[in-house]
Amino acid sequence: MTDRKTTPTMSKDKITMTGAGILWECLEREGVEHVFGYPGGAILPAYDALKHSKIHHILVRHEQGATHMADGYARASGQVGVAVATSGPGATNMVTGIATAMLDSSPIVCITGQVGSKLIGSDAFQETDITGVTLPITKHNYLVIHASEVARTIREAFYVARSGRPGPVLVDITKDAQQGSCEFDWEAAKPQLPGYRPDLSPAPQEYKQALELIHNSKRPVILAGHGIIISGAMREVRDFAERAGIPVALTLLGLGALPASHPLNLGMMGMHGEAWVNHTIQEADLLLAFGMRFDDRVTGNLKTYAPNARKIHIEIDPAEINKNVKVDVPLVGDLREVLLELLPHIESIDRSEWLDSIDKLKGDSAVRDIQNLPDSGHLYAAHVINDLWHQTRDGNTIVVTDVGQHQMWEAQYYKHEHPRSLITSGGLGTMGFALPAAIGAKVACPEAEVWVVVGDGGFQMTMCELATLVQENLKIHIAIINNGYLGMVRQWQEFFYDRNYAATPLLNPDFARLAEAYGIRSATVSERSEVVPAVQSARQHEGPMLINFKVEQEDTVYPMVAAGAALHDMIRRPSPIVETASDE
Amino acid sequence: MLNTFMVYVENKPGVLTRVASLFRRRAFNIDSLTVGRTEKPEVSRMTITVDADRDQARRIEANLYKLVNVLLVENITNQPAIIRDLALIRVAATHDARSHVLELASVFRARVVDVSSESLTIEITGAEDKIDGLLEVLRPYGVLEMVRTGIVAMRRGSKSGDAASTTESTAPGSANEGVANDDVSYSV
Repeated sequence: MTDRKTTPTMSKDKITMTGAGILWECLEREGVEHVFGYPGGAILPAYDALKHSKIHHILVRHEQGATHMADGYARASGQVGVAVATSGPGATNMVTGIATAMLDSSPIVCITGQVGSKLIGSDAFQETDITGVTLPITKHNYLVIHASEVARTIREAFYVARSGRPGPVLVDITKDAQQGSCEFDWEAAKPQLPGYRPDLSPAPQEYKQALELIHNSKRPVILAGHGIIISGAMREVRDFAERAGIPVALTLLGLGALPASHPLNLGMMGMHGEAWVNHTIQEADLLLAFGMRFDDRVTGNLKTYAPNARKIHIEIDPAEINKNVKVDVPLVGDLREVLLELLPHIESIDRSEWLDSIDKLKGDSAVRDIQNLPDSGHLYAAHVINDLWHQTRDGNTIVVTDVGQHQMWEAQYYKHEHPRSLITSGGLGTMGFALPAAIGAKVACPEAEVWVVVGDGGFQMTMCELATLVQENLKIHIAIINNGYLGMVRQWQEFFYDRNYAATPLLNPDFARLAEAYGIRSATVSERSEVVPAVQSARQHEGPMLINFKVEQEDTVYPMVAAGAALHDMIRRPSPIVETASDE
Repeated sequence: MLNTFMVYVENKPGVLTRVASLFRRRAFNIDSLTVGRTEKPEVSRMTITVDADRDQARRIEANLYKLVNVLLVENITNQPAIIRDLALIRVAATHDARSHVLELASVFRARVVDVSSESLTIEITGAEDKIDGLLEVLRPYGVLEMVRTGIVAMRRGSKSGDAASTTESTAPGSANEGVANDDVSYSV
């Protein structure tokens, strides 16, 4: 068995290699430096060949963690993240992470081992039809049964994962395809995807229609989504907004696309968006959707959504056009390229009246803000997040959140100035995402200060990855927002199920002692005055640190648009000035 | 409204599953789906009929294009096209009824392909409404068994769907060009 390595200078030569050797060689050539994985029988030939590779393998504690790490790596860096697992349970454990990446358009490539090709279909030990299982949750997937297919498949997988609207690609490689040998020829293994067309661009007359709507609009709003960050269109969006004088509302995954401090940045829209943002959208006469997909969490009831607004949708995925919201002008293409096309034609229009009217809406929200309420001696999650933001705002900080109340408080109170400084599971809402995704982010950006903001529920779903963190010697800070409940579910029970807190109270371990067991420094904080010192001590500490913030148990995320309600119909925190029942 | 799509796909394992799964996942109901070989060995062709309004039909097309193995999608719902379905119908035909059934079959230009003492099996090819029509008139005699293939469709005229993005397209035969154009429809 020849398992020789090629060098770049020999790339033109044909060399005989095993499928396993070709796998790593192709990953290296695709620019991969780190993979997150877990070995097992059917992927063993690949692990055996790893010794010849420069790629650093990070051993996870559960394959779900590997996929979230690859996802966090991709979101922090914009590069394709790679996860590796064995067949059967190894592969099925990846399903949640793959679906998470799919819903948030994150480019990851998952490599799974498969039983020998002769055993496929025989219910062999650890055999699962993983390409069948992941078919609806991958952008594309492959089953490779010959060593000779490995090179082209890996090249195609990376190309598909990162081009167009990015997404997860799974490559299932049989054990015999890993073991078999063939000639390796990188040049000859170019992707052959005759049906794949990721590069679309709008027609000239569609640009004209869009410009007409923009110039005739009196109350326009830009809806800024994840697509801005994926496309790298931050500068173009800012130029566009400034030149046209148009305010910008952001989706959860769009946070950071425009600096929070920018005067035209309104903040987050949707179910837990600020009231003035949602009111602005409802009153607008034109919505400019930039790389967002009108998710139900940002629109509320579609029948009453932005009733007076025309809509322009700039989107790379044609299947998103008219899916949830019917639009007047679709511009299908890469957001940055479309904006570069539009920008020279954008006229500067004075929209100060519109902007002033939005500003007036903000006052009412400010008096309701928990930051402005008198100190009751209780520790609220908003205090923790706000203090964390103040402490880390000047640094190169990435906050990775889990899913639930803390995620919404983070979105409301941590003011993101930079793209890729917030990593969170938006579309799928995957609890357990934060810790492994933060490990991926830290591996991708070792210079960044990485904070995990996670609830006590979600943390326990993937806390086994603390071992991965320690093993890789990663300095990651973990802030557990511990309210002893599955907080967001409890909030829904409070509002919609007569406070019947079925199955939401949590009996938790002592998180501080748990961290100590892993050799991670820890602290427990239950007073507001202790928050800043704890954050400072974590930042000064050499290694990772976990802080268990014991916060108010029955706190609520305000405002809230109930599922299916109109976007302007929000449940508000009672105002201390006019506290009446009608506020609810 | 029933939409008819011609879908050219790469002839690879699993592509049918991808297409079928897409319709299920996006909650569209397939009325009929046929798949078979084409003039190019690397290309398979599907004819899919789906109940959908115009916007839905556009979204189906866009979603089909998102499948990496899909080469070309054409919605031929309002286009001149040859549409064919094939049915095998076993109808009860004892001594008395036999001649009537044979007569009906011949009116519909259907063929008898199997005969037993109790029944006749009729093969009919044509547009769906023609087959529906034959079934309607046979029903009183007792349809014992029936199977239909689902439709296959092809545009009328010289314009080929040309999937061909994969290989160089074969130019439409010049011999046909004088005879047929897109506006002429020859019914059978």
